[in-house]
Amino acid sequence: MANMTGAQALVRSLEDEGVDILFGLPGGQILPVFDVLYDSSIRTILVRHEQGAIHAAEGYARATGKVGTCVVTSGPGATNIVTGMADAYMDSTPLVVITGQVATNMIGTDAFQEADITGITLPVAKHSFLLKDARNLPEVVAEAFQIARTGRPGPVLIDMPVDVSRQEMNYEGLGEVRLPGYKPTLKGHKRQIQAAARAILAARKPVIYAGGGVISSGASKELAQLARENHLFVTHSLMGKGCFSEADRLSLGMLGMHGTRYANYSICEADLLIAIGARFSDRITGKLSEFAPHATIIHIDIDPAEIGKNVNVAIPIVGDCRLVLKELNEILANLRGNKSNPRTAWTAQVEEWKRKFPMGYELEGKLKPQYVVERIYYLTKGKATICTEVGQNQMWAAQYYKATRPRQFITSGGLGTMGFGFPAAIGAKLGRPKDVVFDIAGDGSIQMTIQELATAVIEKVPVKVAILNNGYLGMVRQWQQLFYRKRYSSTSLERGVSPDFVMIAEAYGAKGIRVTETAQVDAAIKEALAYDGPVFLDFHVEPEENVYPMVAPGEPLSEMIGDICYPVEQVHPELAEEPFL
Amino acid sequence: MKHTLSVLVENKPGVLARVAELFSRRGFNIDSLAVGPTERPGFSRITIVVDVAEHSLEQVRKQLHKLINVVEINDLVPERSVERELMMVKVSVNESSRGELIQITDIFRGKIVDVGRNACIVEITGPAQKLEAFEEMVRKFGIKELVRTGKVALQRS
Repeated sequence: MANMTGAQALVRSLEDEGVDILFGLPGGQILPVFDVLYDSSIRTILVRHEQGAIHAAEGYARATGKVGTCVVTSGPGATNIVTGMADAYMDSTPLVVITGQVATNMIGTDAFQEADITGITLPVAKHSFLLKDARNLPEVVAEAFQIARTGRPGPVLIDMPVDVSRQEMNYEGLGEVRLPGYKPTLKGHKRQIQAAARAILAARKPVIYAGGGVISSGASKELAQLARENHLFVTHSLMGKGCFSEADRLSLGMLGMHGTRYANYSICEADLLIAIGARFSDRITGKLSEFAPHATIIHIDIDPAEIGKNVNVAIPIVGDCRLVLKELNEILANLRGNKSNPRTAWTAQVEEWKRKFPMGYELEGKLKPQYVVERIYYLTKGKATICTEVGQNQMWAAQYYKATRPRQFITSGGLGTMGFGFPAAIGAKLGRPKDVVFDIAGDGSIQMTIQELATAVIEKVPVKVAILNNGYLGMVRQWQQLFYRKRYSSTSLERGVSPDFVMIAEAYGAKGIRVTETAQVDAAIKEALAYDGPVFLDFHVEPEENVYPMVAPGEPLSEMIGDICYPVEQVHPELAEEPFL
Repeated sequence: MKHTLSVLVENKPGVLARVAELFSRRGFNIDSLAVGPTERPGFSRITIVVDVAEHSLEQVRKQLHKLINVVEINDLVPERSVERELMMVKVSVNESSRGELIQITDIFRGKIVDVGRNACIVEITGPAQKLEAFEEMVRKFGIKELVRTGKVALQRS
């Protein structure tokens, strides 16, 4: 007996899945669904471009740990979400993406606004469904959410033909999940965990390398316990930022291409590397054959395909990071007894590197982008949720905004999607309305999704955007300077000619503030924080500032370039802040 | 090194595309691929022959396992499995050479399944080496067309 249409059942099933907010933009073939959303308890955020919808859903998912949802139409609406699918796939972000599709009898006829979106997204979807019969909808939606949020999370697509949206059907709640081929391994192999524990106790120079998997699995507490009880230094990937407090004495900050020298040197000297929820990307390892040359490697990950993919692993443990670490901590406590091994020599060595090679930059000269990030850090007391675009802005944000909690730092790590940060910030702010949410942007990246200013203004989402405006596609310019004889091919964005970000902000009904002098930075940030609405802060920073330290592509981590600079408060004690963490 | 993977999949739309796309995306070459229904309704078996080093084989298996519709993967070792492939060859013959073709076909336990004035179609099954040996033997007659199914295999009990 039919009690509703496919579209009604879809929206009802989303409500039953606990969806409270979704991002979307309607069109012909998804009209029946938007018609139902008109009366739904789910808040629909209308974006100005479908790419904005999916990045906002990613920001929401990354900030809250829940599944992000977006709904778009067929054809161009669907193809506009492909970048976001690829982004979410690389960064293991749980999403359910619903696309409209032409009617089932029109599929394959090159109908108006038809695109084979399940085909196009095959390589970048954790899974996808082409829903050809509304009667399967209760199972398909339940399975889509289950797949998206469990195991190694990822984006799942449901393609919904318009006649299926209109089809009469019977909906009696979410269907049963039947996935005989999908059984993520959660519990680690006991003997392997014991072997890991013994290796940790025996190690003289151990280092933990933590990644985004620690955040996805909610293992921060267990990680902190592992590090503290066993005196282990922790370095993190870009995606792992926030999984272990960077204010902790044991934190080495980020490793890799733009990581800290002390993290990279520690990796080069380590005799044991404990990789947790991380995937040894090329931005982490540098020259693979010289990565962690003295280390035995323990690798804990829920995705068996990541283990042994890039590096040889001595002790592989497939499982959920949180469950594995919990068990590892228990075994370690038993083995350790009352003995404590502070590894004095190694600790002294790492602490000496920290003293000798700190993170810093020259404050003299024009307005420095690093200084802007540091001031945002201090004036938000290190508590803001930070989204970033991609490039220099992203690296400075990662280097100078210390994260102290998981889900605090939201960035496009794997795909490196310019234009990600602003819509992601909108999604993050909607997911965590009490947080101050900043997007640290570049003048190149922000222009890729700048139209979402309308979304932020109209939906009243008071995100703050700090544009580190250097007039260049800065990271590309940096590479041209270093590796292409300073031939700045197609990287100048002609600051001062176009656009005027303050006028753009005002044209959209947001606030715009321009900052050209170091002395104006604090007042501008405070003004932005005090304003109840979206703000563009247009910081005209030093145009040719580079991100350092740096490991040139293809070089080992030991070869870091860039002058040694001392932290600003060390050089300018008058700028030192009261510690607040 | 050639490996034969027997992959049990849910018989869902697009599953073959997912498997094929995975191989191309990860840079693995498929030597042959055969797919068909199994004893379990709703499930199909894909037999894939892939030419990769041992290390890459592990990646292929793990990546295949990540596909939601893939239920089970078996790496079939030749010594412990029965492998078969079917080949049909259309061979040029005339009155004087037909007899010799029939003799060769008999030796290979093949079957002549179509006889024309200028050509015969021979059906032959077996492991790949046998098919290749037969092909070599009849090349001198002139091969007009040739088709192979790709390998299927089952583990011995």
